[in-house]
Amino acid sequence: MIEYLQILGQEVYKIVFLLVPILVSVAMIVWLDRRVWGLVQKRRGPNVVGPFGLFQTLADALKYIFKEIIIPASANKVVFILAPIVTMTLALVAWAVIPMSEELVLSDINVGILYLFAVSSLGVYGIIMGGWASNSKYPFLGAIRSAAQMVSYEVSIGIIIINVLLCVGSLNLNDIVIAQKNLWYVIPLFPMFVIFFISALAETNRPPFDLPEAEAELVAGYQTEYSGMMYAMFWLGEYANILLMCALGSILFLGGWLPIMDVYPLNIIPAPIWMISKILFLFLLFALIKAIVPRYRYDQLMRLGWKIFLPFSLIYLVFTASFLFYFEKLPKVNF
Amino acid sequence: MIVHSIFFYFFSIIAIFSSLMVITSRSTINSVFFLILDFISVGCLFIMVGAEFLGMILLIVYVGAVAVLFLFVVMMLNVAEQKQSWFIGKKSTHIPTGLIVSVLILLELLVVVGGWKYKEDVMSSSTLVLSNISNTHQLGLVMYTDYILYFQLAGVVLLLAMIGAILLTFRERVGVKKQSYFTQISRNPSTAVELKDVKSNEGVKLDD
Repeated sequence: MIEYLQILGQEVYKIVFLLVPILVSVAMIVWLDRRVWGLVQKRRGPNVVGPFGLFQTLADALKYIFKEIIIPASANKVVFILAPIVTMTLALVAWAVIPMSEELVLSDINVGILYLFAVSSLGVYGIIMGGWASNSKYPFLGAIRSAAQMVSYEVSIGIIIINVLLCVGSLNLNDIVIAQKNLWYVIPLFPMFVIFFISALAETNRPPFDLPEAEAELVAGYQTEYSGMMYAMFWLGEYANILLMCALGSILFLGGWLPIMDVYPLNIIPAPIWMISKILFLFLLFALIKAIVPRYRYDQLMRLGWKIFLPFSLIYLVFTASFLFYFEKLPKVNF
Repeated sequence: MIVHSIFFYFFSIIAIFSSLMVITSRSTINSVFFLILDFISVGCLFIMVGAEFLGMILLIVYVGAVAVLFLFVVMMLNVAEQKQSWFIGKKSTHIPTGLIVSVLILLELLVVVGGWKYKEDVMSSSTLVLSNISNTHQLGLVMYTDYILYFQLAGVVLLLAMIGAILLTFRERVGVKKQSYFTQISRNPSTAVELKDVKSNEGVKLDD
C-alpha cells in the first residue's frame, strides 16, 4: 500500500509541475494575443502593468478573483457552476499526453491521439451546460451555435488525423513525432495542414469563427451571465484549449519536439524548446488571423465545414491511402 | 491488484448509480447528464480491462457526438409538457411499448450470453492469440479480414439511417432566395452591369 502512495506522490508532483507552467503560459499567451492584436491595428496593446505589460493578465486575474460571482435567480445552479469547471478541467486534462520531448511526457499511452481527440470533443459540454443553465436567450443561442459548430468541425479534424495516422501506423504521439524524423508531414500533407488549422480555429471558437460569442448579435454568447472567477475560468479554459490545438498541430504536422534539421548547431538545442517554439509559431498565426479576418456568417461556416472541408479531406484520405499503397510505403507493423 | 479492484468497484458503482439515475431522475436534462456520466465510467472500465481503443472510441462517438445531440434535442423540447402527456395523460401508450422493447432486449441478451456457452472459440479468434501487439492492431486485423462483410453491412445500415432521417425532415421551401457562390464569384462588369435607355415618363423593367 505504501508503494502505491509513493507512486501517487510522484504523480502528483509531476502533475503540479505540468499544470503550473501551463497556467502561467496561458496568462502570457493572453498578453501575446492582445499585444499582436494591438500591433496589427497600430495600437500599443497592454503595455502598462510590469515590463512591456507582461503582468496585465495577472492583474486581470486578480480583478476577477475579487469580483462578486452573480448567479441568476432563474438559473439551474448546479449546472451553472459546473460548466466553467468542466471547461477548464477538460482543457487542462488533455495536456497529460502531450510529449515535450521523448521522455518528458506525463503519460505515454498507446492511444494518445484518440485520447486528445476524445477530450477535445468533450469540450463542447462546458459551453452547452453554461448556455442552457443561464436560462436566458442569448446564452442559449450561443450554446446551440457552438454545439453545432464544434460537432461539425470535429468530423473533418478526425479525418485529418486519420490521414496522418495512415503515414505513421501508430496512435502513440511519440511515434507520430519520430515518424517525421526525415520529413515533416506539413510538406506531403500541406492541404491537410491548412484545413486542420482552419478547423482548429472553428473548434476553439476563435475569430473568424467566434459565432458562439458574436458580440454584435449575442452580447457575449454563452458567457453572458457569468461574472468574476467563473468567467475567468471559461477564459482560461478557452486559451488552454487554443494552446492544446497548437500543440496538436505541431505534433501532427510540424514534427513535435524534433529540430528543423538534424545538423550540429540545431540538434543541441533541447527538444522542449523546439516544441514550445513550434506551439508559439502556430499561436502567432492564430493571433494574426484574429486581427486580420472578419467574422463569418453562420451558414457560411456550416457550408465550409460540411460541403468543402469534409469532402476534400475524404478525397485526400483516399489519395494518401492509394499513394502509400502503390509505392508500398504503408507503415509496417512488427509483431 | 488491490488498487486495481478498488478502481474497478469505483467505476462500476458510478456506472450502476448513474444508469439508475437516468431512468429515475425527474428532469430530462439530468437524465442526459447522468447518461453521459454512465458512458464515461463504462469507457473507463473498458480502458481498465486493456481495451483502450474501444474505451476511447466510446468516449468520442457516444459522449462527444451522440450525447451532445441528445442534450441538444432535450433542451429544445418543452420538457414539462412532455412529462404530463406521458405519465398523467389518460391513454399512456408509452409504458406498454417500453415494456415490450425492454423484454425483447433482455431475451436477446440471454441468447447472446447463452451463445458463448455453446461456442467455445468465439473468444479466441485466430489473431487474438498474438497478445504482444496493441489492441488497436488486433482489432484492425480481425475487423478488416475475417469480419469485413459485417463491417461493411454496419456501414450500410448507418447510411440507411442517415438517408431516412434526411428524407423524413426534408421539405422543399418555395420562394426562398438562395445565395449561389459560384454565380456571385463568376460575375464580371460586362455581365453584372446592364445599361438601358429609359424613355421619358416610362418605367423600366429589370429582371432580378
